[in-house]
Amino acid sequence: MRPLNISAYTATCAVGVGKAPLLEALRSGRSGLRPNDFGASPLPTWIGRVDGLEFLALPPELAALDCRNNRLAWLALNADGFIDAVRAARERYGAHRVAVVVGTSTSSIGETEDAYASLDAEGHFPPHTREPRVHTPHSLGLFVQAALGLTGPAVTVATACSSSAKVFGQAERMLRLGLADAAVVGGVDSLCGSILFGFNALGLVSSQPSRPFDVDRNGLSLGEAGGFALLDRTPGPLQLWGYGESSDAHHMSTPHPQGLGAERALDEALGRAALNVAQVDYVNLHGTASQKNDEVEAALVARKYGAHTHASSTKGWAGHTLGAAGILEAAISLLAVESGWMPGILHTERLDPLCGPQIRREGAQGDVRCAVSHSFGFGGNNCVLVLGRGRAM
Amino acid sequence: MIHLDNNDDFQSDMPTVFLDGVALWAPRWPGWTLAQAALRGEDVAQDPPAKRPAPLMLPPTERRRAPDSVALALEVASQAVQDSGHAAAALPCVFTSAQGDLAINDIMCQTLAESPALLSPTKFHNSVHNAPAGYWTMGTGCMQSSTAVAAFEFSFAAGLLEALSLCVAEQRAVLLVGCDTQVCGPLAGVTRSEGLLGVALVIAPQRGPRTQAALDWVLDTRAPAVRTPLQSAAAQSLTGNAMNDALPLFEALARPGPQQACLPLSSRTSLRVRVA
Repeated sequence: MRPLNISAYTATCAVGVGKAPLLEALRSGRSGLRPNDFGASPLPTWIGRVDGLEFLALPPELAALDCRNNRLAWLALNADGFIDAVRAARERYGAHRVAVVVGTSTSSIGETEDAYASLDAEGHFPPHTREPRVHTPHSLGLFVQAALGLTGPAVTVATACSSSAKVFGQAERMLRLGLADAAVVGGVDSLCGSILFGFNALGLVSSQPSRPFDVDRNGLSLGEAGGFALLDRTPGPLQLWGYGESSDAHHMSTPHPQGLGAERALDEALGRAALNVAQVDYVNLHGTASQKNDEVEAALVARKYGAHTHASSTKGWAGHTLGAAGILEAAISLLAVESGWMPGILHTERLDPLCGPQIRREGAQGDVRCAVSHSFGFGGNNCVLVLGRGRAM
Repeated sequence: MIHLDNNDDFQSDMPTVFLDGVALWAPRWPGWTLAQAALRGEDVAQDPPAKRPAPLMLPPTERRRAPDSVALALEVASQAVQDSGHAAAALPCVFTSAQGDLAINDIMCQTLAESPALLSPTKFHNSVHNAPAGYWTMGTGCMQSSTAVAAFEFSFAAGLLEALSLCVAEQRAVLLVGCDTQVCGPLAGVTRSEGLLGVALVIAPQRGPRTQAALDWVLDTRAPAVRTPLQSAAAQSLTGNAMNDALPLFEALARPGPQQACLPLSSRTSLRVRVA
């Protein structure tokens, strides 16, 4: 495919607001995980919580859409000059020619949970939280569109943990067909009862900081994050080279045992990028630290990538941020392309013998021309992105 | 009969696509043949109304246990794919729903408020917005791309735009499914969605042996975006459901001769379609 320009990007997670603390944490090995202190009866686990959301005030014109997820969206939008970059695109192309395609798994459900926990005497939501545009999956898309003053198509993609990777594919199709001149893509997911108690009910949450690809790994650390990228068709130093999307057709919450869906997405992504696996310098893995994901993904990496490729999971820094994992890890991959820093794996002591030479516990400095990011979600929903240094268009 | 919209010029530089399969399910019109007659204005309906679909692709026990959103989506998806003659496993699919499974949201929020440790793992994995897409791809062995989107009151239009983009950009036939369910519990005080309404289309880049209509489409950015008014009593009776923004297109498909419909995507942008 014709590469797409990534003219701006940003990410906010438990290690800090914006790209600078993220790169610093990736280099120094500083984790953002902490013992779970979220909610009234916290489960014994570790979480990647973003500080300050409880006290963040949205501007008055956005206050109707107030909730934890949209506060995190606002915090993320304000980092790294992203809003200014979108303003410039809006002025250049027109507000109706900039699309919004954002991903989330639970959107504002935390606000709905809170309303259920504080119903009034008649069993109704309390008066301060009766805005229909908050208690709906598209709350995030509505918020981002309003916050950026855009009037083109806006959609929220909710395919669990692949959501904010798939947004790149959907936006690429729109731009290729000329349905928009630029697109704001990204995603936001925030901590809430549904995901903490839901993953706990599935037996997928660890009581320790998650240890991706460790032989003794025993589950996830959950986290929250927000991130965005601005895509257009101009030349520039950072590009989306390809993407692949597929379905496992296997199980709602367990990956295909041979990783066939994931492999299909990877092959499609490399095909679109017209790239050989030998040309991949860094891979940011899905690597949730669940038994099954890491087993299937380790085998996929071992059989697909060359031994010189550096692969790692960065879930130990911010936790598994679900619908925001795609954009957070796309940002980490773009930072690798820009800085040459290929992160290792945090908290992992002994790599599972299933891992090939590609999966590295230690970070390394190198020349990263091309990075691949894996995102695999519930419902067997897979997406792989290929990101690279600007090349001829 | 007067079709005011048809007097407008319709110009588009987007390639024409072809509708090979069409499905609609509502309790009084649980299939396209009956729904088509009702949306044309005929006074027909199933009596008594169906309670909910029982998709044959699920084993009998699952058929009863499946959430409404899943049962409805699988039913309309099956109907449209069967109608189209395409192989389900070959079709990338786009699922859209404004609100997701509202009954699961209600029970999960209630459980979290009362005894969070009792949250059901099955309810949790069925609560993801892409649960219908997951069950569909599992049930049909479809390993193509699948997605699940939402866009509040513009959810059908947003799903249709993604399906059209996929079809034209990739030159692939695509399955589009749109479903919303009945709101219940305290959420009913803020969210509006009544009954069950499911729709599905199989959209192909070339005319085929089962093609029922050609569809031309264009993004219209002339402010403001105004949805085509509904004409039939049947369509008007379904507007309480959150998937109601699909109705102008399905009414256009039901009526004879070329028809147009305007489906807003935002306050300033609409998807204008012409079917013939």
